Order: sequence, then C-alpha cells, then structure tokens
Amino acid sequence: MSQATHTTPLIEVRELRKWFPIHKGIIQRHVGDVKAVDGVSFDVFPGETLSLVGESGCGKTTAARTLLRLYEPTAGSAIYHPKGEAAVDLFSLGAREMRRWRRDLSIIFQDPYESLNPRMSVGQIVGEGLLVHRVVPKRQIDDRVASLLERVGLRAETRNRYPHEFSGGQRQRIGIARALALEPRFIVCDEAVSALDVSIQAQVVNILKDLQAEMGLSYLFIAHDLSIVKYISDRIAVMYLGRIVELGTTREIFEEPQHPYTKALLSAVPVPDPTHRPERILLTGDVPSPIDPPSGCHFRTRCPFAEDRCREAYPELTQLTETHTVSCHLMDGTVTDTQDAPAVSDELA
Amino acid sequence: MGTNETRWDFGAGEHAARVEADGFEKGESLWRDAWHRLGRNRGAIWSLRVLVLVVVLATLAPLLPLPSPMALDLQDEPQPPVLPFADPGNHGFTPEARRQFEDAWEPGGFDRALIAARVKLFGTYQTGHWLGTDSKGRDLLARILWGSRVSLLVALSAGLCSLLIGVTYGAFSGYMGGWVDNLMMRFVDVLYSVPFVFVVIFLVTVLAEFRVERIASDGTTQLLTLEEAYGIDKMLVFFVVIGAIFWLTMARVVRGQVLSLKNSEFIEAARVIGASTPRILFVHLVPNVLSVVIVYLTLTIPSIMLFEAFLSFLGLGVEPPRVSWGLLAVDTTEAINPVKTFWWLVAWPSLAMGSTLLALNLLGDGLRDALDPKMKGSK
Repeated sequence: MSQATHTTPLIEVRELRKWFPIHKGIIQRHVGDVKAVDGVSFDVFPGETLSLVGESGCGKTTAARTLLRLYEPTAGSAIYHPKGEAAVDLFSLGAREMRRWRRDLSIIFQDPYESLNPRMSVGQIVGEGLLVHRVVPKRQIDDRVASLLERVGLRAETRNRYPHEFSGGQRQRIGIARALALEPRFIVCDEAVSALDVSIQAQVVNILKDLQAEMGLSYLFIAHDLSIVKYISDRIAVMYLGRIVELGTTREIFEEPQHPYTKALLSAVPVPDPTHRPERILLTGDVPSPIDPPSGCHFRTRCPFAEDRCREAYPELTQLTETHTVSCHLMDGTVTDTQDAPAVSDELA
Repeated sequence: MGTNETRWDFGAGEHAARVEADGFEKGESLWRDAWHRLGRNRGAIWSLRVLVLVVVLATLAPLLPLPSPMALDLQDEPQPPVLPFADPGNHGFTPEARRQFEDAWEPGGFDRALIAARVKLFGTYQTGHWLGTDSKGRDLLARILWGSRVSLLVALSAGLCSLLIGVTYGAFSGYMGGWVDNLMMRFVDVLYSVPFVFVVIFLVTVLAEFRVERIASDGTTQLLTLEEAYGIDKMLVFFVVIGAIFWLTMARVVRGQVLSLKNSEFIEAARVIGASTPRILFVHLVPNVLSVVIVYLTLTIPSIMLFEAFLSFLGLGVEPPRVSWGLLAVDTTEAINPVKTFWWLVAWPSLAMGSTLLALNLLGDGLRDALDPKMKGSK
C-alpha cells in the first residue's frame, strides 16, 4: 500500500498523555500518577495500517483507547479530518458532540468472549450502531446486518443466534461486523487476533486486509506478534514505557532498526530455521515503573549502550529519513557505537 | 457524515431475499437456556407450582364459598377442624352477613365483583370449618386465605419497589462511579442505619395522636386525624416503610455487579458505537445483572413477608378486623397454653407461611443454579 505521507492525515495525534492518578489513604490523597502514555505523537493516513508494538504495559492499548475517548485524555490533541468537513479535535469535544463522530471511529477487541453482550442476539449486536445512529430505517437494519455478516464470512441466517453458540473465530468475526456496521473510516484493532489460534488468525487478518483494500479503511493495529505486524502494517511505531521510541515504515523498522529497544524486540522473533543461531539481545531487568520512570531516556536502565548523557535528558526525535524517526541519544551522529550492535535484523528480513 | 446513504453496498437485497427463503436459525438465548435448566430442577418446579397455587388461592379467595373471615361464632373455645367429606356445610353467607363483611372490610371493586360472583355461584352456601376456628369462632381457612392476600401484596409491592428503585439506583450509581457513586451510596448507608421498627412506631403514634385543624364548611373548626385529612392510614405507612427498606440491599447488590461489568469490553464496544448512558444501563448492564437480581428478589421476598408478620405481630401493621399472617401468629400465641393445646391454630398458619417461604427459598436456589452462566449447557 502507498506510503501516503504527502496526503492529509486522517488523524493527527499530538503529545497524547494519559495519566491514571493514584489515591491513597482515607482522604484519598493524590500521591502520584501512573504515566501510562506520556507524550505520544503519530499520524494515521487514509487507507494505511499503523501498528503499535511494544511489550505489555508499555501503553499501546491505553493510547488507542484514549484516542477513542474510552479514557479521558490527560493532555494532548487528536485532530480528526472528516470527509468534506472542517477538522475537529476529538479531545476537546463534549460527550454529546463526540457521539456524532463515533460513526467514523471503531474498535475490534482482543477477547471475543468478553466483547459481545451475552444477552443480545448477533443481529442485535451488529445492528446496534445502526439503531443508535438511525443510519437506516428500522426495517432495513435486518438486511444490513445480514449483508455485514455475510461479508465477514458468517451465514446471515445465524443472526438470531447468541454469542455463546459460536466459536472464538466466529465471535471475532461478529466483532468485526459490528465494527464495520457504521461504515467507519478508522478502526482500532486492539490485539484483535491475539486470542485466536494461528489458522484462525490468518483468516481474520486476511478479512481485515480485504476490507481495507475494499473500503480504504485505516487501522491502528495493536499487537505483540511481530510476524503478523510485519504482514499487515504499512508503518510501525515502537513504544516503550509510554513513549514512542521509533517510528518508520515496515521495511525501515524490520531491516534498519535504529533504536536499541527495537533491535532487542526484533531479535526475540523466532525464525523458522533450525540452523539459525540467534544472536539475541537479551534485555536485563524489568520494565521500570511508569509511576516513576527513570530520568532522561526511559530505556537507559536496560539499554546495553547507555551513556552518561542518557540519564540527563530525554532524547529528542531524530528524523532519519522522511518516514523514519527515532528517539535515542546515540542517533545524533556524534557517537557511532551502535555499529557494534549485533546485526540480527539482516537475518530476520 | 450526516447523510443516510450507505457508502458500501454488500448486495443487501440479494441476501435478504435468500434469507427470507431459508428462514432463520433459531438461537437459544441464555434466558431460554436457564429456563430449560430450571425445568430439570424438580424442587424448583414444585416450588413454582406451590407459589402459583398460593397466588391463585389468595387472588380468588372472595370467590370461594368460605365463611366470612370475620364472622364470629362465639363458643367457649376454638373448634377443631371438621373433615371436608364429613362437612354438611351451611347457608350462613346470608345477604346480611355479606353486607356486614363488606362494610367492615371495605374490599375493593375487584373483590366486590368476586364476592358477587360467589353469591351467584353458591348462593348462601358456605363450607364448615375445615381447618377449625380460632378463639372467637372465626373460620381459620378463610382467615389464612384472606390473610395471605395482605402478605403477598406487601411482598409484591416491596419487591417491585426494590426492583424499580433498587436496580435503577444501583446501576446508575455503579456506572457513573466517582463522586456520584460515593454520594448515592452514602445516602444508602444513612438509610441503612435508621432503625425502621422505631420509625414505624413513631409514625404510627404520630398518625394516632396528631391532629390537623381544618375549618369546616359551616365555619366551625374541626380537629381531624391525618387519615381523615389526607387519607394517610396505617397501611400506607406500613407499605411506604417496607418499600423504603428493601430496595437498599438491592441497590448495593446491583451496584457491585455493575462495577464488575462496566469495564468489560462489550460495554466499551457500546460506548464506541455511541450508545447513550440510558441505553448502556438498560440494554447492556441491567439484562446482565438481572439473573442476580431475580435470585436476590426470590430470597428477599421471604424476609419481607416475615417483616410484615413481625410488624403486625407487634400491632404496628394490619389491624383487626382485617387479617394477615402476622396477626394469625398472634392468635397462635394464645393457642399455646399449658392447659389445652389447640394444635390447629398453630399448625395451619405455620404450614401456610412455612411452605410459602420454603417454596420461595427453593425457587431462589434453583434460579441461582439455572441462571449461573458457568452452568450453561450442563444438567
């Protein structure tokens, strides 16, 4: 798919912050914040898939859910460019105004068992958006639901059945049909295939890709399985402890990773080759607490190349190419230590 | 945006035609599944039958050819039961007795119609004392049936109260969270800490002693009781207090359930779709806590009935000549004496009340098993 960098973005996220306050004691004194997302900026272009990757707890899900206003953002902006209308900042809208734009934004969840209301029939679940937004007259909802179900590979006759009568993969497709019902332009896929087994994963990923090609959807794809990410993404953003450390096209991230964390992450991908001798970059220690992140570069406590200056200031974003940015002190050209880093990426590519 | 045109066409018409030809596949909802499972639980089904019988008998009591529950038949002591097949019956339900009863009891329009129907059907015929009589010679069977109406009415109205107020209040509080939740739940805590028996005593005293001044049409000043002035009678106080107590726990139960549900993904999905708060509350949250609510309700109703009996026993509830199961218990205490035991005065009211409460508890137990989603599909 095209690297739509010259067109207007669909959504511009700037300095998104989501802090969860911690209260303690009887009087609920505010003692600190979990800085789940701490200043994240990215663009999503029409028709592209942007993946957010990173280990669990790095804030990728929080970032996506805050973008959809499932959590109230602490700071930042998210400029949405609707078709034929003036741009709006999703973060400054009231709940009522936000409801109007919800038609264009959607989400597919990780757990297909948790994400469908067990008391509603499939038809009611998929048709709810149509009912809420009065998109079509009530009599036509049923027809629309039927066609949506067929589109995701379920038989339309099953729409009076209930979620518990379906398998995990089928349920996930019901979730996709629900996400599609309002004809959105942007869909968050929050670990949308992680809970499925491998053969079903492939089916669902292919449905997602087909739908994208057919309707020009944009995806914000959250996953930890890098092989799927590589298959589906146009661009990839690597997150660590609430910030994006590297962002580039899929080729740039997989073939020329620059940030030490990206390299470590990529080196953990298994290679289906018995003669392959992995040169793992093993990270030591745990992810630091997002309540009290390390000074300077958040990654310095586990970085094999950390220097003194890494503890002083958070590294600015360095623009490597038009599409490739990285946030690391070692990228400013004064030091060439990174050349010593194990060249795992070549074997992966 | 804003237009109702569909941007994508998946060929809706074609599918619709095909589905119409094929028909639907019928799904089995969790409710239906639970109902099937309940049907396999013998105890619960028999309890349900007993309860239906009790409700039908209570509702149709005026239609049955029973003696009037307040007709005195003064004897030296309570009369023992007469076996039904040995009962010749009599013609004591004269127009005179009927008028007396209707004047004193003040039955509603529905009951008057039933009594009229009874007279049409049976004339003046009435059964003998199948379950015996109490110390004033009143027929015990008639008193148990008429008494069950009050008990069931109280249970029904308090149950409805806790269903409507409790569920809405608890669900809203739990879903909103934050300071709203805090405020609403502290209010519940405050109500919880009120000793309601004393409130009833206080209100009943006020009702009896308090007088309102009112200038009558002829210019003289009259002192009226609250009942005469505003129609506030003891029964109303009684219903209001019971209604005020029993929604509290329901609100807490529902709030707890909602708290655990409101962050689940299907609620988030509804929010992303743009569903309104009332829709999320009543379409998504309440149906999912309803199984707990139903179970809790069947287990609360017995305690409501016991509370009613308790208040009536203390003389704070239903007043003679009306009767409730609590007042029957008062009669029962008189029957327990060392000289002579009038066993029927103890046995029949206890049996009626006990079996109703047992049936409710068994049904609640069965419902809990049947509605438990973890039991889905199992026996």
